[in-house]
Amino acid sequence: MTRKIFVPLVRERLAQLYRYAAQTAHLMVGLPDYSTYVAHRRRYHPGEPIMNREQFFRNCQERRYAPAGGRGIRCC
Amino acid sequence: MATSIGTPERAPLHWSVWVVVGTAGALALGTIALNRGETINAVWLVIAAVCTYLIAYRFYSLFIATKVLQVERNRATPAARHNDGLDYVPTNQYVLFGHHFAAIAGAGPLVGPVLAAQMGYLPGTLWILAGVVFAGAVQDFIILFVSTRRDGRSLGEMIKSEMGTIPGLIALFGVLAIMVILLAVLALIVVKALADSPWGTFTVFATVPIAMLMGIYGRFLRPHRIGEMSAIGFVLLMAAIFFGQPVSTSATLAPMFTFSGESLALLLIAYGFIASVLPVWLLLAPRDYLSTFLKIGTIVALAIGIVIVMPDLKMPAVSKFVDGTGPVFSGGLFPFLFITIACGAVSGFHSLIASGTTPKMIENESQIRFIGYGAMLMESFVAIMALIAACVIEPGSYFAMNSPPALIGTTAAEAAQKISSWGFVIAPEALTQLASDVGEKTVLSRTGGAPTLAVGMAQILSSLFGGKALMAFWYHFAILFEALFILTTVDAGTRVARFMIQDLLGTFVPSMRETQSWTANLVATTLAVSAWGYFLYQGVVDPLGGINTLWPLFGISNQMLAAIALILATVILFKMKREHYAWVTIVPAFWLVVCTLTAGWQKLFHEAPAIGFIAQANRFSDALAQGKILAPAKTIEDMHRIAFNNYLDAALCAMFMAIVVAMIVAGVISIRKALASSTVSTHEVDHDAQDLRAARA
Repeated sequence: MTRKIFVPLVRERLAQLYRYAAQTAHLMVGLPDYSTYVAHRRRYHPGEPIMNREQFFRNCQERRYAPAGGRGIRCC
Repeated sequence: MATSIGTPERAPLHWSVWVVVGTAGALALGTIALNRGETINAVWLVIAAVCTYLIAYRFYSLFIATKVLQVERNRATPAARHNDGLDYVPTNQYVLFGHHFAAIAGAGPLVGPVLAAQMGYLPGTLWILAGVVFAGAVQDFIILFVSTRRDGRSLGEMIKSEMGTIPGLIALFGVLAIMVILLAVLALIVVKALADSPWGTFTVFATVPIAMLMGIYGRFLRPHRIGEMSAIGFVLLMAAIFFGQPVSTSATLAPMFTFSGESLALLLIAYGFIASVLPVWLLLAPRDYLSTFLKIGTIVALAIGIVIVMPDLKMPAVSKFVDGTGPVFSGGLFPFLFITIACGAVSGFHSLIASGTTPKMIENESQIRFIGYGAMLMESFVAIMALIAACVIEPGSYFAMNSPPALIGTTAAEAAQKISSWGFVIAPEALTQLASDVGEKTVLSRTGGAPTLAVGMAQILSSLFGGKALMAFWYHFAILFEALFILTTVDAGTRVARFMIQDLLGTFVPSMRETQSWTANLVATTLAVSAWGYFLYQGVVDPLGGINTLWPLFGISNQMLAAIALILATVILFKMKREHYAWVTIVPAFWLVVCTLTAGWQKLFHEAPAIGFIAQANRFSDALAQGKILAPAKTIEDMHRIAFNNYLDAALCAMFMAIVVAMIVAGVISIRKALASSTVSTHEVDHDAQDLRAARA
């Protein structure tokens, strides 16, 4: 009985942990979470265009090294 | 009430836990401070550091959060107000912690402590711990907080709005000058590590085609697969280190990758120019991914290594060089220890990061403490690990690697004899053996910190994995890891400096502002590269080995920026009518001002040529007047150039001091105005706390 509850719970926890780890790794190199972006666009800007994954990636990459907003500054 | 939003309140740990942590920390600190035996285990340093961090975080940072800043859990953050799914995104605090830490951790905390090890492990350890708790983490925390309250504005913009346009301009100019010195000193570290080292040079050169391959893969073959491209890059990097060994012993290939310091400097300058005008996806971005992940991975590996291997520190607790006669950097414990270890204790550069991308992603004000204060504690731990790595090396070898040839000569026999006469007994065979262990022809005068750290890391990691057979591999791995992220900084930093110059020149020539214009772009890039390139080349041909000259300048400028950030924080506290808590920022600001101004004064006017720029310049001009040529100059032109460079360094140092003094004056004026005003006079985005749900509706 406990196995039936326990195993999926652990699996779900591990999956969640993996998602956070992947999100952290991506954000470390300046790439925010894509699904969050899509969810945001759908909810607050319905009907407006949404960048696909590739456009999103290029857009973030360009902006990470653009001058504005303290981006591109690397520490000593 | 919006209590469900943000971090749930956790039950505080039982008081007995803190008694245990406190006792353990005090015991460990006592052990490292009072130990006068032969060696001491590195684990004591780790325990002392971790306990200090835990207590500082639990008590001091909580005090700052609740009493000084009075963070409001229900106040809307920029991420909530301007959520756009891109820049402004409410982000999980652990994810954001990782982002912030990756942005603040660089080469600084790895190099400063290594240089400071010449005074023994104790002074460095105490400054790193005290500095981070009362200055560094406080600065990062408060700047992140005030920037979050101001829509994620940058440090320069905040100084402008809270203190006035002129202080804002002065600070911006200071940041540009710091960038130049930072890029020069970082590039110098790479030059010092790669000079006459075909193995190291081959692997670092190999990173360029590897990064381009990754860039093309991520752009055209498998777009946006950062994980895949980084894995491919990592495998290729390891292959490059592996094949570096046969390259370094090959009669035909080795000379192709053997360069003098001067030619490496020129190559780096040319590289910096080309790399910073190439599209980012081709070189900069992929190398950034690789260096970021490698940096985090190596830091974790080193931490695991130290805890499992538990190496002994061979360096004495306090060496005789606290008197200022040390060969690694000149000048006494006060003030020079406090500017040599900048990052890891307190780093002004972090105030630019804390007012950059991080404040735009804060989910809840209550998390700023964990991200701002916490990430800086972690960076401080990196500094402690670097100090440990430098101190596990035999002190004789440490001094052989970090002293300029002018002091220890150029052969193992000379060096061993000279260093033994300082009281750090070492045999010439030990030095040649170490060189062959790490796969180099010589380890003498490999100044700049990176090679020393690499030897220390190789010792720790090879006892964990691979033994002596893999020592050379680990050494070159560590060199590559440092060179990789320094080159990323050089590339990205040149771009930032270019934009700053375009902005600055744009005030006079509007067409310079056009970032799409090739002319404006090339002019500004040339200016940026020549500025740091000049100081780099000067460092390479410097009579005292370059690091001795440039690192203190970098330290002074970095601490100066920290002082500016803390002055801004103080002004804001006065404007918020929290002046009774302003000592939290006044005390560290005061200490940094005292350190930078004393160090600056000594760099200018000290009568010892090793310390004072003017004394050194005079030494060379006097010799010139008598028609003599002093080493390392070979011609009259060299003599003129060295004298001129020292005057130039003196001028730069004086400029940094003038900036500090100007900011103090501006700070005092703003504080007096704030005191005269009867109401809160800050420029926060909303004065009235908003309910998060109201902002989201």
